[in-house]
Amino acid sequence: MKIDLILFFLLAGIAVVTSILVITRRNAIISAVFLVLNFFALAGLYLLLNAQFISVVQIIVYAGAIMVLFLFVLMLLRTDNESPILSDKRPLKYFAILISVFVFVQIAYLLFAGKPSRNITPDEAASINSGTIQAIGKELYTNYIIPFEVAGFLLLAATIGALVLAKKKFE
Amino acid sequence: MSSVPMEYYLILSAFMFIVGVTGVLIRRNAIVVFMCIELMLNSANLSLVTFSSYLGNPIGQIFVFFVMTVAAAEAAVGLAIIIAIFRNKLTVNIDEINIFKW
Amino acid sequence: MSILEIIVISLIKILLVVIVMLTTVAYLVYFERKISAWAQNRIGPNRVGFHGLLQPFADVFKLLLKEDIVPDAANRPLHTLAPFIALFVSFATYAVIPFGPSVNIFGYDIKLVVADVNIGILYVLALTSLGVYGITFAGWSSGSKYSLLGGVRSSAQMISYEVSMGFSIAGVLLLSESLRPIDIVNAQHGWMWNAIVQPIGFITFVVSAFAETNRLPFDLPEAEPELVGGYHTEYSSFKFAGFFLAEYANMIIASCLIVTLYLGGWQNPLVDISGLTGTVATLLYVASFLFKVAFMLFFFIWVRWSIPRFRYDQLMNLGWKVMFPLALVNIIWVAALIMIFNL
Repeated sequence: MKIDLILFFLLAGIAVVTSILVITRRNAIISAVFLVLNFFALAGLYLLLNAQFISVVQIIVYAGAIMVLFLFVLMLLRTDNESPILSDKRPLKYFAILISVFVFVQIAYLLFAGKPSRNITPDEAASINSGTIQAIGKELYTNYIIPFEVAGFLLLAATIGALVLAKKKFE
Repeated sequence: MSSVPMEYYLILSAFMFIVGVTGVLIRRNAIVVFMCIELMLNSANLSLVTFSSYLGNPIGQIFVFFVMTVAAAEAAVGLAIIIAIFRNKLTVNIDEINIFKW
Repeated sequence: MSILEIIVISLIKILLVVIVMLTTVAYLVYFERKISAWAQNRIGPNRVGFHGLLQPFADVFKLLLKEDIVPDAANRPLHTLAPFIALFVSFATYAVIPFGPSVNIFGYDIKLVVADVNIGILYVLALTSLGVYGITFAGWSSGSKYSLLGGVRSSAQMISYEVSMGFSIAGVLLLSESLRPIDIVNAQHGWMWNAIVQPIGFITFVVSAFAETNRLPFDLPEAEPELVGGYHTEYSSFKFAGFFLAEYANMIIASCLIVTLYLGGWQNPLVDISGLTGTVATLLYVASFLFKVAFMLFFFIWVRWSIPRFRYDQLMNLGWKVMFPLALVNIIWVAALIMIFNL
């Protein structure tokens, strides 16, 4: 086996296990911890895909900022543990899980039967080149400058919105 | 990279997306539901990076960049809303936040 | 170079850096006590060994022989994990700090940095943003209100100051046009140190570094009069030693970063004009790096024993209303310099 195949299975295994643990743990903070681990596995997968910039940004933005925000709110609110997920015996939940599994099997079947990789010949050099900060920066500040500005405006709006919403009194 | 078929990444992405959907459907804590949405966004990011890398084109990764911006904005506003709700109802259980049903 | 040679050289470098690090941390604690004694007109530790030089070892033994207590209300796995996260984050950052120019030993051309990564500064930012987790988990998992308040305070503080830290670094990156630490050092050739070219950015970065390392005057997360010990109230023995070690390791890392980004790294204009070359020059360069780091460490300790602690709202006001706009002004200043002088 090639080293990158082994690494892929290792990281994918971590991603699968942690994503399941996120939705099955009763304590919300433990869920958040596993979600952070999941993001780390994803950052590793991005490195395997030669996307070094996105990999580091994944850690800075998701693990370093968004999840800290979640943990912060969880610790402030001190929510109680939920009851075990399927203890309330609601048929609707079993139905939801059934449909999820069904949809996943469909997608997996389509992917294996359709083989989208048939039409793609991976080019290692182009792939490494496209993941560098230079390539992304050049594309971002030339062809995608307007979406970039809009994204900046969106963040400004979100900041103001969050401040207004979380403030104690509306005046 | 070249010895891992592209389908593997896509299936992993699909799996994470489905787990996120299931989480949204079966969990009752609003913050956990939020985290499941982050999980779904991340699985979409994984597909985008996979295609970008296998096609040797940085545009997919630029999309991931924008998705992250939106996710950050969404987390900030969403958590602010949850805090505001918690102040009024003292709970974040989405079964008990049903005032719009009346 | 073959793969084996690269691995052996990397291992030697890692070993060297870790050993130097651990000794520095041990003696940093000693010097902190000595300098505080000097600042307060006392003598300080002088019983164990010559002038108390063996004091660090006595301290370590005392800590390790203590009983390891985990509170009943604690969440055991996270309680154990937290100090290791803190330690890992502070040690992993050293990998990208260049402490000298390339040297030629036994025919091998060796760069004096553990890992020469081309996104090194982003790597440092990623790791500092993870440093929050150790403290947050410690605060929450202890199951004590003092720990929780300390943890919440520290996460808010570190996130706030990361912003101005990142913006100060942006000014440096504008000049160096690279995220590789070696390029950043090389861009500060001669007296073109970033501390001289962009003094505002230097000040905001140093203040943010103080806040990031939770040192006085910003040690709100562990303010004794109000929070007992803050996030490590419920820690003892080996795990407490982990946090203690991480705090001092963070101090060294912050000093190394300040030197690399703003004080010219290992560069020394005096060695440049003296015309020395070869091994002597290299040794002088490494020595000037160590001297600068030592000075910054002294500065850290000096400030701790001179300035009282901020109040929490003052800390947040300073971070968001003073440091952040100043960092933005710095970016405009650097951009204007580049426009006018074509740097």
